[in-house]
Amino acid sequence: MTQKNRITGGQIDRSRTLSFRFDGKSYQGHPGDTLASALLANGVRLMGRSFKYHRPRGPLSAGSEEPNAIVQLREGARQEPNTRATVAELFDGLTATSQNRFPSLSFDMMGVNDLLSPFFAAGFYYKTFMWPAKFWESIYEPIIRRAAGLGALSRQDDPDAYDKGFLHCDLLVIGAGPAGLAAALTAGRAGARVIVTDEDFRMGGRLNAETHALGEASGADWAAGVVAELASLPNVRLMPRTTTLGAMDHGIYSAVERVSDHLPVPAAGKPRQILWRIYSRRALLTAGAIERPIAFENNDRPGIMLAGALRAYANRWGVAVGERVAVFTNNDDGLRTATDLAAKGIDVAAVIDTRTGGPLLPGIRHLQGAEVTGSAGRLGLSAISIRHANGKVESLPVTALGVSGGWNPNLNIASHHRGRPVWQDAIAAFVPPKDGPAGLSAAGAAAGLFSTHAALQSGAGAAVAALDDLGVKATLPDLPRAEDAPVAIAPKWYVQGKGRAWVDQQNDVTVKDVKLAHQENFVSVEHLKRYTTLGMATDQGKTGNILGLAVMAELTGRTIPETGTTIYRPPYTPVAMGALGGRSRGHEFKPTRLTPSHKWANEQGAVFVEVGMWLRAQWFPKAGETTWRQSVDREVLATRASVGICDVTTLGKIDIQGTDAGAFLDKVYANTFSTLGVGKVRYGLMLREDGIVMDDGTTARMGQNEWVMTTTTANAVPVFRHLEYVRQCLCPDMDVQLISTTEAWAQYSVAGPNARKLLEKLVDQDISDAAFPYMACGAITVKGVRARLFRISFSGELAYEIAVPTRYGDAMIRALMEAGREFDAVAYGTESLGVMRVEKGHVAGNELNGQTTALNMGLGKMVSKKKDAIGMVLSQREGLVAEGGLRIVGVKPVDPAQPLTAGSHFLEPGAAAVAANDLGWLTSVVYSPHVGSSIALGYLKNGEARKGQRLRAVNLLAKTEVEVEIVSAHFVDPEGVRLRG
Amino acid sequence: MADLSLKPITPLGNDLPVRISIGPVTISEVVDTALASLAQRMGQDITAAAKGAGIPLPPAGRWEQGATCAAFWLSPEMWMIEAPFASHEDIVAHLKPVFGEAASITEQTDAWARFDVTGASLPRLFELLCNYDIARHGAGSASRTMMEHLGCYVVIRAADHISVLGPRSSAQSLFHALETAAHSVF
Repeated sequence: MTQKNRITGGQIDRSRTLSFRFDGKSYQGHPGDTLASALLANGVRLMGRSFKYHRPRGPLSAGSEEPNAIVQLREGARQEPNTRATVAELFDGLTATSQNRFPSLSFDMMGVNDLLSPFFAAGFYYKTFMWPAKFWESIYEPIIRRAAGLGALSRQDDPDAYDKGFLHCDLLVIGAGPAGLAAALTAGRAGARVIVTDEDFRMGGRLNAETHALGEASGADWAAGVVAELASLPNVRLMPRTTTLGAMDHGIYSAVERVSDHLPVPAAGKPRQILWRIYSRRALLTAGAIERPIAFENNDRPGIMLAGALRAYANRWGVAVGERVAVFTNNDDGLRTATDLAAKGIDVAAVIDTRTGGPLLPGIRHLQGAEVTGSAGRLGLSAISIRHANGKVESLPVTALGVSGGWNPNLNIASHHRGRPVWQDAIAAFVPPKDGPAGLSAAGAAAGLFSTHAALQSGAGAAVAALDDLGVKATLPDLPRAEDAPVAIAPKWYVQGKGRAWVDQQNDVTVKDVKLAHQENFVSVEHLKRYTTLGMATDQGKTGNILGLAVMAELTGRTIPETGTTIYRPPYTPVAMGALGGRSRGHEFKPTRLTPSHKWANEQGAVFVEVGMWLRAQWFPKAGETTWRQSVDREVLATRASVGICDVTTLGKIDIQGTDAGAFLDKVYANTFSTLGVGKVRYGLMLREDGIVMDDGTTARMGQNEWVMTTTTANAVPVFRHLEYVRQCLCPDMDVQLISTTEAWAQYSVAGPNARKLLEKLVDQDISDAAFPYMACGAITVKGVRARLFRISFSGELAYEIAVPTRYGDAMIRALMEAGREFDAVAYGTESLGVMRVEKGHVAGNELNGQTTALNMGLGKMVSKKKDAIGMVLSQREGLVAEGGLRIVGVKPVDPAQPLTAGSHFLEPGAAAVAANDLGWLTSVVYSPHVGSSIALGYLKNGEARKGQRLRAVNLLAKTEVEVEIVSAHFVDPEGVRLRG
Repeated sequence: MADLSLKPITPLGNDLPVRISIGPVTISEVVDTALASLAQRMGQDITAAAKGAGIPLPPAGRWEQGATCAAFWLSPEMWMIEAPFASHEDIVAHLKPVFGEAASITEQTDAWARFDVTGASLPRLFELLCNYDIARHGAGSASRTMMEHLGCYVVIRAADHISVLGPRSSAQSLFHALETAAHSVF
């Protein structure tokens, strides 16, 4: 028979039947069911095995606080471990499997752990797996992990997409129970922008699980009516299936919306989940309360659950968890479960009430002053033991037991900013701290106001107050009459006994474990938590923390508030890594920047390299070339022999204007710029405040007050940021304006003896040496298109950089290659660029490593002493200018056949390879087709004086050692004749 | 001899702008606008000159359309001027005579890829893309914001017409982000 435990009523759609599978077996449920409610309806109580002892477990709760009914959802790549059956919305075709058991849920061989439990008490592994120490990583830890694991990952890529987004509101309402709905209604009607989040797929909170009337309507109907009105208001956004995860700074809350978790597969293009950042001006915590159990021996059998959950399964889902039930309570709310179940026709065998006195429940066997001392049943509850007030012990056959130890306000989010919850004796629970996140208040059960009337009133009142803060006038709506029963509780935390009584069911922490922690002096709450692992599982102790704390308080003879409480941190419930990653995965991990010549380079079969977010052509292979070296050697030789073209758009370009722009450049560059004539370019060296070189590049004076600075590709943004800092903070009186133009211009280097001849075919103006000498710059036109020309050289050859508006960049590379055809022009990539700059002895990123000065680079004379510039004073520190310090040198292997390795360290012949003998290192190594061997730049102590010396280049990591000769860093045209040609 | 004249391409690398429709929205690549930054120099007041030339200088967070040119605020005393590309390709040459040495003007036309998103329910699309409260700010607003790690400007020309200006080199990544978000929402 299917759904043998399904009874009448509830908010499920019985007109439709859904099929699903659990552990390979087919079952049926209805829309509106959770996996747990559907399984319970089908008579399945056993849903999981516990973490440590592999004890059989069924659901304890009917919500996200669930510690026991933890399952794997779906199959294949979509398999998701450690999900709570109590909140998994049922859909047709849902597949779930139990976890942490072998070979099956009903027969789990690891259940032997339970028999060996005396060996597995709290802290056992700290004491047991101590010797030998080296066994920990290789033997002990793997075994423990295998035994204690929860679900398994699919080890496949998640096929679904996750989005991230941003929302803004005046009032964020966290939780759509009576308090939240009343608040949203108040604020929504006042015209405020309201967002209501609720983790459930059906808004209404406990109103859906209770039988109280609100005015003339049932709670669920009232909730549905309010939800319908809110949905019609354009200023209100209802977000069911959305868990608010945490309170960040400045009124920002994170939330995850499960857009497609209730579908077999997300619709095409749609995300599975969205991680929202909600920017609220005010927020209201109306997240309700979480019931807590009373611990007694073997209180963890399937069929034993929180009384409120037992009632919720009957009222909301039409499920009788057992045909014969009992209730164990220390408060009046537990009595409601008994009356509700009895009203549903369920056989309530007894109510075991720890309190004495007061009225007895009519028509129900109400045992006052009694307690439940134990339970029986192999894979589920079959009987409980009761100790009556007179000491008599009774065994009562039941298949379900509801336990209520009282309710804890769900204040989790209110303590995310380290506010300490406050103890309230009247409800025997903590309420939200007074120093919680700014702008957040609490109402309803989350604030410790447990009656429906109080929830409605406090929710509406809190909304009025929050909006009043914002200058928005709101009025209290007409709220329905609702029950207003006072909280009647006599705290009872656990029942004395010899056996194990579970406190934290997910992490298998018992009352005995807490006692052991106390015995071993781990009495601080934080120590208790870490010693016993209380509250450290995926449920974060939502049902067990206060209970553990209360046991410790009793043992130490202190009150609960004196004992303290642990506070919570985000996320409220576990979040999929995919949701945190969003769309940033695989090729879309970051945006890509394409150069203006990218399309053309791709057509040429270029090999690309990532340079930050840029993709740059590294080399351009030609037919017949089998190694990159062949391509690069060809590009270098062809450039030096005739002409080569390289896309240098990626270098940062900063437009600097203003009447003080020259003085500003004198400030940010170590060398002088203000004296540079219009139409001229100068190489500049930029220092950090501490005198270390920050960046280098050329700056061109395009007009009296107009300059264009170039930076290295890597430092385009840091230099711009630095300049803005200097402009705004250090030199606020200077008339200087800055803007980046990196992207606005497509810029190409044209280098080689035939560079001018090539450009003369394209440029409309005279660019002869006389008209456009070395280091000239100016505005020109290329076949009528506005352009800029700079006569600068990084390769050491006669060279220009020509820039056109980026939209013409693709046409420009094609025009350059076409015009260069008669000169056998080549395109060259970043590898050849690197080879030629090392051959010329130019420093680049490897030399500008954030530790080196101008003096180290052989550019000490560029640091002008005639003016004040950033870094000038500190660059003259004694240690930085000492004789014999690191100087840039050129390096060649004595045997040209031997390759050099970057990072190798210089050592004297015969010196041991230890740090004390270190003389410096090779920074950049290339193969020079011009020299015919590996060549390198390096920093060498007293480098200037060592030219001609032979040293060893030793690399202990690569295990290489090469005899090298120290030479000038200028391997090509040291006199600079070519570039002035 | 081969034709060496230069033919422009769009930020997405084509001869003609791309235009796609997803649900109620259309995303169009826009290439017919010239851009220049206009920064008032220290001690100068360009208000009268701008007014005389019909160039709006909107306050912080705003965009305004003038007779020929439009403008949005970039930073204190700095604006981005928009003008028709066909008539203002050399936009600096148009603006320089208006402001002379009272302002610094820098061509920005090709620094940006512009995508115009038109249609209904635009706030729902942009809430997946950036932390800019489209609904609250409304038509006539503009802001710098981040979209998928890219620094962008968002200009709300009308409730059903929003421009996104992003770095031109990342046009494909930005377009992909817009397209993906639109599929996600609609």
